[in-house]
Amino acid sequence: MTGSESPQRASSAPADDAVVDVRDVHYAIYGRPIFAGLNIRVRRGLITAVMGPSGTGKTTLLRLITGQLFADRGQVSVFGRDIASLPGSQIYATRRRMGMLFQNGALLTDINVFENVAFPVREHTDLPESLIRTLVLTKLEAVGLRGAADLMPAELSGGMARRVALARAIVMDPEVLLYDEPFVGLDPISLGVILRLIKQMNQALGITSIVVSHDVQELATIADQSYLLSGGCVVASGTPQDLARSDSETVHQFMTGSAEGPVKFHYPAPDYASQLLGVDEA
Amino acid sequence: MSTRVVRSGYLLEGVRRFGLTGIFFARLLAACVRSLARPRLIVAQIFNAGARSLIIIMLSGLFTGMVLGLLGQDVLQRFGAETALGEVAALALLKELGPVLTALLFAGRAGTALTSEIGLMRATDQLTAMEVMAVDPMSYVAAPRFLGGLIAMPLLVAIFNVIGLYGAQLIGVGLLGIDRGTFWSQMQSAVSMRDVTEGIVKSVVFGAVVSLIAVNEGYQAEPTAEGVGLATTRTVVASSVLTLLLDYVLTAVFL
Amino acid sequence: MRATRSLEIGTGLFVILGLAALIFLTTQLPSSGLKLSFGKVPGYDVTAEFDNIGDLKVGAPVRMAGVRIGDVTAIGFDNQSYRADVHMHIYPQFSQIPVDSYASIDTEGLLGGQYISISPGGLSTYLKNGSQILQTQSAVVLENLINKFFANFSSSSSGGGAGGGGNGAKTPNQSKNP
Repeated sequence: MTGSESPQRASSAPADDAVVDVRDVHYAIYGRPIFAGLNIRVRRGLITAVMGPSGTGKTTLLRLITGQLFADRGQVSVFGRDIASLPGSQIYATRRRMGMLFQNGALLTDINVFENVAFPVREHTDLPESLIRTLVLTKLEAVGLRGAADLMPAELSGGMARRVALARAIVMDPEVLLYDEPFVGLDPISLGVILRLIKQMNQALGITSIVVSHDVQELATIADQSYLLSGGCVVASGTPQDLARSDSETVHQFMTGSAEGPVKFHYPAPDYASQLLGVDEA
Repeated sequence: MSTRVVRSGYLLEGVRRFGLTGIFFARLLAACVRSLARPRLIVAQIFNAGARSLIIIMLSGLFTGMVLGLLGQDVLQRFGAETALGEVAALALLKELGPVLTALLFAGRAGTALTSEIGLMRATDQLTAMEVMAVDPMSYVAAPRFLGGLIAMPLLVAIFNVIGLYGAQLIGVGLLGIDRGTFWSQMQSAVSMRDVTEGIVKSVVFGAVVSLIAVNEGYQAEPTAEGVGLATTRTVVASSVLTLLLDYVLTAVFL
Repeated sequence: MRATRSLEIGTGLFVILGLAALIFLTTQLPSSGLKLSFGKVPGYDVTAEFDNIGDLKVGAPVRMAGVRIGDVTAIGFDNQSYRADVHMHIYPQFSQIPVDSYASIDTEGLLGGQYISISPGGLSTYLKNGSQILQTQSAVVLENLINKFFANFSSSSSGGGAGGGGNGAKTPNQSKNP
């Protein structure tokens, strides 16, 4: 497991059922390390949860998988191919097989709900208008928002916007769906709806799902496989039940949400007493 | 010691920004070629940049021309040369006031709108969402806006000039009684094709510069409310200063 | 897309307006540009030869008693007589200008544009298309006038005026090139 970037190895190495295979990835932003030896395998047809405290680079992980960022060392294989070794057009082709749900939906604000869902279809296909209409209304019906087709994104609530974005993410029938913090800022009802939809997309359409979140309780109800990130690498993995039973202090702290543990409440600082007395300035 | 570090940091940051803009410009040009396949988007942006700025441009042009009429008359009659008003107004509008004032107004009206729009699209992940949907935001968002501004600017300048001439004639002929034929014949004999070309070249260059800065600032803006606000301010400042600087350069070139 | 139609119409109007303005500026303003004449303006053409037309330009008005009756359409040079050949277009309603009328080049204001002034003669035959006005008076060239003035001025009173006269004598040669 060295940081080799040769494409030959990339195509042969991953196991059959691994849709996304992150191996020994190192990544740093402006010299600040985000990942140091990250390993994650996402198996076909399952819901994989990636959990971790804020600032552990969960969103960065998604950007590495979609080929918007490239690892400094190690490799990210998607559909069995090292994404960093692909030319630009191949990266785009790979992205077309993926869908992504953004934290706040990221709907295009200058077009209405219908056009937002139709956007990828119009961009990538030459389907006749009647077929686009059928396709878009089907997907909107799946998220329960067929009636909102003519609304503008600004007129939607947070939960509705996320459901529209979900309809847009699945309109091209992707093989993999990436969810970036899908539960943040939702009321309990919307949260329940999104949870049900994620489960439904996975079971009914067989879409492999990667959910990045820090909402442990919600994820535990739907995830088949969980990874807990901390300090740039995976500190624990397994089913949610495995994590709950783990005796690692870090895992325990995160799963129960306690203020004290390996993750300190205090940001690193000079000695409290001496700073108050002002003796450290010389 | 520490101030020196900060100062060189500022300098380096400035150079870095300049480089970023240069790289962005190269990518933008490449994206422009691709975005020609989406004429609809370009049309929408010509509307946004051009048609929406039309009223402010026409009003400003009219009043600029009227001021030229009054001022020109006042100064010229001291030399008994008030019939040269058409000539003075036309040259001032064509070569300087038209391109420069339109560029400044364009930066304030359309440039800020572009920057904040793109900045907000970045802040709300819309650009990232496009990338993930395998749609290149450079050719879908940035290039049509750049091209829209580039096409709209010369047209706006031309409209500004014509309205401005009308305003000057309104004052000179209508109010101060200069012969209409003299006004126009003096103007036509004094204006050469080179003057008109100079105005058009300036308007195209200013259009490119203001649009580039506006799109670039929006694209590079920190994806926060504060960052977008700052980027909008930078758009106005940078495009105004650069417009005047380039105006000097172009005037010297055409002299 | 939303409201596509009105957007396209708006853009179309803007582009047409802009292009019209651009075409106007490029063709109608510069003297070298091609002038659009929307059909031939009715009327008739006459010519006149001048010793010196001064600063007269194409498009300058032709006046009678201060009323505009036509404009200068072309200025040429006669290789035999070494005089300027000025073509004028007279509007149709001014059809009774005597053939022995007198054309002079006058200046509007002190430094203003120059125009052709026609003083009527006494004959009852009138100018028609292609006629030539025979009696003409050249432009009053301001610099010459100033020179004369300073020449007189310095001969009558010596002193400060002489320097001014010297300056005045130099400028015509430099600025008198058309």
